[in-house]
Amino acid sequence: MDYAASFYIIAPELMLTGAALILLLVAAWVRDAAKLATIAAVVALFGATFWTGHLLLDPSFDQGADAFGGLYRMDDFGSVAKLLIYLATIACLVVTPRFFDRRGAYRAEYPVLLLLNAVGMGMMVSAVDLMTLYIGLELSSLSSYVLASFLRDDTKSSEAGLKYFILGALASGIILYGMSLVYGFSGSTQYAGIRLAFADGLSTGALFGVVFVLAGLAFKIAAVPFHMWTPDVYEGAPTPVTAFFASAPKVAAVAMLVRMAIDAFGAQIDAWQQIVIFAAMASIVVGALGAIGQENLKRVLAYSSINNVGFILIGLAAATPSGVSAVLIYLAIYVAMTIGAFVAVLMLRDRDGEQLETFTDIAGLSTVRPALALSVAMLMFSLAGIPPLFGFWGKFVVFQAAVQADMLVLAAIGIAASVIGAFYYIKFVKVMFFDEPVREAEIHSPAGHWVVLGICVLIISPLGYLLTPWLGAIADSAAAALFTVV
Amino acid sequence: MIQTFAFYLFAVLMIASAVLVITARNPVHSVLWLILAFFNAAGLMVLVGAEFIAMLLVIVYVGAVAVLFLFVVMMLDIDFAELRAGFIRNFPLGIAIALVLLAELVLGIGAYRAGEIVLGTPTGAAAPLIGAGNTESLGALLYSKYLFLFEATGLVLLVAMVGAIVLTLRERDGAHRGHQNIGKQVRRKPDEATVMKRPTIGEGIDL
Repeated sequence: MDYAASFYIIAPELMLTGAALILLLVAAWVRDAAKLATIAAVVALFGATFWTGHLLLDPSFDQGADAFGGLYRMDDFGSVAKLLIYLATIACLVVTPRFFDRRGAYRAEYPVLLLLNAVGMGMMVSAVDLMTLYIGLELSSLSSYVLASFLRDDTKSSEAGLKYFILGALASGIILYGMSLVYGFSGSTQYAGIRLAFADGLSTGALFGVVFVLAGLAFKIAAVPFHMWTPDVYEGAPTPVTAFFASAPKVAAVAMLVRMAIDAFGAQIDAWQQIVIFAAMASIVVGALGAIGQENLKRVLAYSSINNVGFILIGLAAATPSGVSAVLIYLAIYVAMTIGAFVAVLMLRDRDGEQLETFTDIAGLSTVRPALALSVAMLMFSLAGIPPLFGFWGKFVVFQAAVQADMLVLAAIGIAASVIGAFYYIKFVKVMFFDEPVREAEIHSPAGHWVVLGICVLIISPLGYLLTPWLGAIADSAAAALFTVV
Repeated sequence: MIQTFAFYLFAVLMIASAVLVITARNPVHSVLWLILAFFNAAGLMVLVGAEFIAMLLVIVYVGAVAVLFLFVVMMLDIDFAELRAGFIRNFPLGIAIALVLLAELVLGIGAYRAGEIVLGTPTGAAAPLIGAGNTESLGALLYSKYLFLFEATGLVLLVAMVGAIVLTLRERDGAHRGHQNIGKQVRRKPDEATVMKRPTIGEGIDL
């Protein structure tokens, strides 16, 4: 095993870890280091992003490379997912301090935990060994639990953290149990070994293992029927943390699931395909119907994320290179839409700086803050998948992949449910533009929020279609990286 | 021969103390029986030649987990005067258990030196050991092949620690701090420290 080559490949993770450890010391010795730590963390994340981009574009790594004797794999798929994760984390970090500052609860440990979370997510998407996967998953989950209850004096935040922790620990246990079965029946923890062992049939025990692993992972991506925690945690957690949960860890968990399903269980597609199809259909329907009665904006967006996970799973259910490519494209667009939506929610405050979080609060927003209302309207139309906006393309590629894989019923149900989902997305527009104002919204938002929101809106605007050739090519090469082993 | 004898001793004592864990009325005694059960489990591990797991059992379970239990149990509302009352009466029992542990220690070491117990004929070929014992082999694997995972696990533990501190540590502001500020005490002037009041007779005083 060549350590130098391995360290070269995991340099993004090393960079983030080093930054986190240094910032931890800074937090311990320097008073009021929170702002400084945030800036340093953003710089470290940008460094990791550039290094990942360098590895992605470096022609000598076109075939990918294994690090540490097959524990960690760097290929186009992992690099694309990591780029998305790091960029989403940066966006979430930029908008964080202001939210906590008002309650005097911002601490330098927040960026540190976020950095370690990013390390864990990087491990998750690059794992080609069950052990790497599990440690990455725990690193990411554990810091997520702490982030969810970061406003420890707030009952809702503590409740969200506790709920997330208990249910997350249960899901981790289920995954671990499944992994032990898979390992027991295949004799290997490495994906390549599992794939080889499962090539000629799956015993009942191994099937149990696969089902357990998928159930646990479905919890982590909040797919129905393991979605119950999502609305509560998303509502209770501090809004910047919710924005983070809905973006980066979701990308990581989906990418990890895709790699596992295609790589480790790729020889037995029939064993998991129907599970994914069911989860996809159920998530789309529950996500669309569940949001209808909700009054709290964060709960609505939580159901929206469940709904979107359903669409992402359609791409995985196809189990083809074009399906995986569609998953990545959808994820990229989804991250822009969801971060934009949560940043907009963060910017909604009344004159006293109190967050506005319900539909009644944002009534008549267009009269006070036309630009913000217009941005939210565009984001919502894009989430609903209405054509001129970029969100449509994500749905289009996913359905195209499903149709190509002869899953017309799944595609038809998806399209029908997305029409139902459009109801509550358009409710935002109706409330903001046509209702009488109830509460007075704050007029000014800081530049950092506007920059993040502006970038997100720019991506989902019709201008986003200029990205399609480039995005499509990258997603295709990333998907091909998973299928080269077949 | 000595191994078989040691095995039955450890096994019987372990089961007996495990039963006592759940039947003991006093929670402190329960925890102490639990520690005894852990010790015997460690002895069994030594017998099959897994001395590393035996060490882990003693260090982690007896050293950390059981002591943690003991702390929790001590926080319960227990009448310690009543607990101490039976010291002389229970002294022989305590000595007996101590002697049993001593005998186990001697037996365990003796059995370990006599070679590991044969549990059956292995069917598959086991991977060859890297070092002399399994502690050495595990170490060699952990710090070379699984270095990445080992370090990442360290990060997981670090996150757990940081998280616990972030969520529970409350920094008290200066006024409530427990220690004295000598500089402030020395700088104090009489007119800041004392207040002269002339209360009228029959009324209270506002300070």
